[in-house]
Amino acid sequence: MPKTLVTLHVNGATYEVAVKPQDTLALALRDGCGLTGTKIGCDMGTCGCCTVLVEGRPVLSCLTLALEAEDWQIETIEGLSGAERLHPVQEAFATCGGSQCGYCTPGFVMTSVALLRDNAAPSRDEIKAAIAGNLCRCTGYAKIVDAVEKAGSDMRSADAGATPPTTGEKDDAGIQGRRQTAAAGR
Amino acid sequence: MTGRRFRFVGKEVARPDGPDKAAGRAEYIHDTVRPGMLHGMIKFSEHAHARIVSVDTSRAERVPGVRAVVTGFNTPKLRMGFLRDNVVLKRDKVRQFRDEVAAVAATDADAAAEAVDLIRVEYEPLPGVFSPDEAMAEGAPLVHEVAPDGSPRTDNALPLTFHHDSGDLEAGMRAAKYVDEGVYSTPLIQQSCMGTAGCIAEFDSAGNLTMRAKTQIPFLAQRDFTRALAAMGLPGRNVRVIVPVLGGGFGTGLDTHCYEYVAILLAWRSGRPVRVLYDRHDEFAHLSPRQSSRTRVVQGCDGEGRLTFRRLDVVQDNGAYAAWGATYPSVMLLPATSLYKVPNVRFDARLVYTNNPYCQAMRGYGNPEVTWPIESSLDHLAEQAGIDPYDLRRINCNEAGELTPMGLKITTCGLDACLEATAERLDWGAKRGKGKAVRRGVGMASLVHVGGGGKIYRSDGSGIILKVDDFGTVYVSYGGVEMGQGLHAVLRQGVAEALGVRPENVVVNRTDTSTCPWDVGTHASRGAFMALNATILAADKLRARLFTWAERVFPEEVRANLKKLRRKDPAFAPPPFDLESACKAENFDLADGWLFLTSAPDEPWLRVEFGRLLRAIHFRDRGTMFVEEAFYEPDTDLPDWEKGYGNMSANYAYGTQGAEVEVDVETGQVRIVRMVAAHDVGRVLNPTALKGQIYGALAQGLGYALHEEIHTDGGRILNPNFTDYKIATAPDMDFPIELVFVETDEPSGPFGAKGVGEPGLVPTAPAIANAIYDAIGIRIRDLPITPEKIVEALRARDAGEA
Repeated sequence: MPKTLVTLHVNGATYEVAVKPQDTLALALRDGCGLTGTKIGCDMGTCGCCTVLVEGRPVLSCLTLALEAEDWQIETIEGLSGAERLHPVQEAFATCGGSQCGYCTPGFVMTSVALLRDNAAPSRDEIKAAIAGNLCRCTGYAKIVDAVEKAGSDMRSADAGATPPTTGEKDDAGIQGRRQTAAAGR
Repeated sequence: MTGRRFRFVGKEVARPDGPDKAAGRAEYIHDTVRPGMLHGMIKFSEHAHARIVSVDTSRAERVPGVRAVVTGFNTPKLRMGFLRDNVVLKRDKVRQFRDEVAAVAATDADAAAEAVDLIRVEYEPLPGVFSPDEAMAEGAPLVHEVAPDGSPRTDNALPLTFHHDSGDLEAGMRAAKYVDEGVYSTPLIQQSCMGTAGCIAEFDSAGNLTMRAKTQIPFLAQRDFTRALAAMGLPGRNVRVIVPVLGGGFGTGLDTHCYEYVAILLAWRSGRPVRVLYDRHDEFAHLSPRQSSRTRVVQGCDGEGRLTFRRLDVVQDNGAYAAWGATYPSVMLLPATSLYKVPNVRFDARLVYTNNPYCQAMRGYGNPEVTWPIESSLDHLAEQAGIDPYDLRRINCNEAGELTPMGLKITTCGLDACLEATAERLDWGAKRGKGKAVRRGVGMASLVHVGGGGKIYRSDGSGIILKVDDFGTVYVSYGGVEMGQGLHAVLRQGVAEALGVRPENVVVNRTDTSTCPWDVGTHASRGAFMALNATILAADKLRARLFTWAERVFPEEVRANLKKLRRKDPAFAPPPFDLESACKAENFDLADGWLFLTSAPDEPWLRVEFGRLLRAIHFRDRGTMFVEEAFYEPDTDLPDWEKGYGNMSANYAYGTQGAEVEVDVETGQVRIVRMVAAHDVGRVLNPTALKGQIYGALAQGLGYALHEEIHTDGGRILNPNFTDYKIATAPDMDFPIELVFVETDEPSGPFGAKGVGEPGLVPTAPAIANAIYDAIGIRIRDLPITPEKIVEALRARDAGEA
C-alpha cells in the first residue's frame, strides 16, 4: 500500500509522517512521531487510552485517520509537561495514586485536562461523567477522581496566586485503633 | 512490635513510578523498538477441535518483508504448560480456537498480517466437548488422546487430585440441626489488563537469548525458556528476562505463553529481534481467561449456630490445556477449611479438559470461586436457623492461635474486628431484613487468603540486593514485579525504614534476571511481604558492616566536623565527650541518611551524612563499598494436595465486605448504594497504595458479581472486546466505599504487614448477592447476577405464587 506524507502539528512541533490511508492517528503519533506516551488499549474506541486533544477537544486517536489530522493542532501527553515540571493534572495523578499500572493514565490525563479547561471546578459527578469513556482496571477510579479534583483545586489556587494545598486527599480509610497481638506460644 | 514508631512505614510516600507514568514516559513492551526488530504474528486455529491435515505457507513466504515463517513441521517440538500438555506450534490437531498453528515475522505489521492471512491450513473437524459435563460423559471425544509422557488417556480429567477430608464428615452431618445445600457457578472472565500482552525475543551472536516479557514470574520464565532453548538444540545458552513496565498483571503473567515461544522461534529463525504484540481482540481471544467453575456446597450448623460440617465439590472447566491456574484448588482449600471455624470438612475438586479456551490464573486464584458458594449458603443456613447472618458469622469467627482443619496456623486474625466494622458501617441492625418493601437490602461476606506468601512451588523465597553508591543512594535489585500495585513504592519505604535512609534516596532497579536475585514470582499477594522481609535481612547486614567500619571512620569525620566548626567559630568548644570509647558498632544508628551515636543523637558535630561516610570508607587505603544481599524463605510447608494439608503461608489475611443495594424489580437493575471493605492488613505500609489495591480489586469483584462474562459458542469467544465484555467504568463505581484497615501487627510480616493484593475482590460477589437476597428474596446462584436473571427469577416466583 503506497504511503502519503502527512504534516502533523503536535505539541507545537511539526512532523512529516508517511502513512498508509488506513493508519490511525494513534499509530502515526506512536510510530511516525515517536510519541509513545499515547497508548493503544483497544484500537476500536472503547477504552480511551489513546485520547489526545485536537483543537483543545478530547479525541480518540485510534478512531481518527492520520490523513484527516493534517493541519490540526494536536496535543499529546508529552506536550503537557516541560523537562522539569509536570502539568498540575499529571502531578496530581502521580501523587494521589491515580496512576497504578499507568497504561490508561495518559488517556485519563488528556481527558481531565480538557475537562478542567472547560470547567475549572467540576464536581465529583461531573468528573465521573467526563471520564466515563476511559477504562481503568487497577484503581477502581476513586483515586483518579481524587486526582482530577486535586488538580482542579491546585490550578485554581495557582491562578489565584495562592499556595496550593499540599494534599487534596480525603482520609477515607479508618485505621482501626485496636492492635491485636499475636497469639503467643502457638 | 506493637506501638513501634516508624519513620516511613504507614506514611504517604509517593510511588516512584508515578511521575513518569503520568508524563507518558514509562516504557511498556508496546513502546520498545530494538534495532532490526521484526513484527511477529500468529496464525490461530479456525476450529475448536480438528485434525491438522496440512499447512501451506508457500504464499505467505513470498510476501515482501517476510523474514521467517514457522510451523510445527519446520521447528523443534516445544512443550509448555503446567502439565507440559501444550505444544507451542500444533502438528497433530487443534484443541481450541486459540491454538497456534503457524507464525510469521516481517519487517512491518501489515506485511505480517497479510502473510498470516495467506497461510492455508487444511483441517479435518472433530466433535468437541464444551462443558465439563459433556467432557466427562461416557464416550466423549478426548481432548488429549495421549498424556505428555506418551501414555494413552481414557477420559478428559486432568491428572491432578485435590482432596481434603478432616474430622468426621458423617458425624458432623448428624450433629447438624440445620443444613443448606446449593450449586453455584462462576463464569469465564477476562483479566482485562489495559496494557495488552507482548514480548520481544532477541538472540546475540552466541545464541544467548534476551526476552523482554510481560511476566510476573521472570525466574520461572527464565527456566521455561532455557528448557525451550535446549529443545531447539541450544543447550547451555543464557536466558535473560527483562521485565518492562507492566500495563497490569492480575495473574496473566503467571505462566509463560505460546506467543513468547513463537517469538523465540521466529527470532532464532530470522536472526533478528522479534516482537509479538497482542491487540485487544487477541487479548480476549488468544490469551487465557479465568476458569469457569461449578461448586456444590453443603454445610450445616447445630441449634446454637455452630458450624458442624462443610462439604464442597468443585468442577473446573480448564479448557484445552493446563496452566498454573489448574492449581486453583490449592487456594480453594483455604476458604473451604479455614473461613470460619468448621470442624469436619470434605473438599474435592475435579478439573476437566474441554475444547474451550484454556484458562490461567487471575487475582484471587480459586478463592472467589469457592468463597462465593460458602458465603451465599451461610445466609440461607442463618435463615433456617433463625439466626442473624451477622451473628452466625461471629459465632463461627476465626481467631488467632487456631490450627485449622487444613493445618493453617492462624497467627493473627482480624476477622472479628472486620465483621464488627462492616456491620456498624452498614448500619446492619437497622437495615437488614427491612428491605422487602423498598427493595433495599444489605449483605456481607468474609474471606481468608494467604497473607505471607503461598507455597505452591519448591521454594517460595525471594532474594534482594542492596547496593549503595558513593552518594548515599541505595539501589535495590529485586526479582519481583511492579505491575501497578505499588511494590516499588513500598520497597522504597521499606528500605528507607530498615536501613535508615530517605525514601527519595532509594532507587528500585528494573527487574532483570541477570541482575536481580531469584524470586518465585509476584503472585499470592506476596510481593510486599516477601520484598520487605528480604529487605530487612539485607539492611540489617548492611548496617552491621557499616557500623563496624564506623568505629574507625566516624571519629575521623567527627574531627573533620569539629575542624570545620572551629574554622567558622574559633571559640567553639564541644562538650566533653569520650569519642573513642563511644565509637563501638553497637552504639551507632543510621536514620534519615545520617550516622550518629545513639547516646548523643542531637549533637550536630556528632553526625555524619551517609554519603560522606561512604566516600570516607571507600576512598582510603584498603577501603570498601557496600553491597548486601539476602534471601528470605518463609517458614511454610508445601502442602500435600492429595490430603489437602499443610501450612502454605506464613500468615493469613482475613476480611469482610458489606454491600447495601437497591433493586429495581421491573428492570432487574441493581444499584449499589454503598460498600464497606474491612480488611486485616497486619499493618498499613503505604495508605495510598493500599487503598488503590482494595478499591481496584473491589471494582473487579463488582464486575464479577454483576456484569463480567465471556460468552462462548462451541468454544468460540463471542464477545472479545470492551463493547461486549463490560468491565466497571467510573459511573459504575458511583457509590461510596468505606475502607477499614484492621492492623493486627503480624509477627511474620515485615513491620507487621500481611499481603493484600488479592483479598479485595474475594468476598465482593457474595456480599452483593447476599444484599440482593435481603432486598428482594431472590437468590441467583450463577454469576454474574444480571438484570435478566433477576427479572426471570422474579417472574418465576410470581408465577409460582399465582
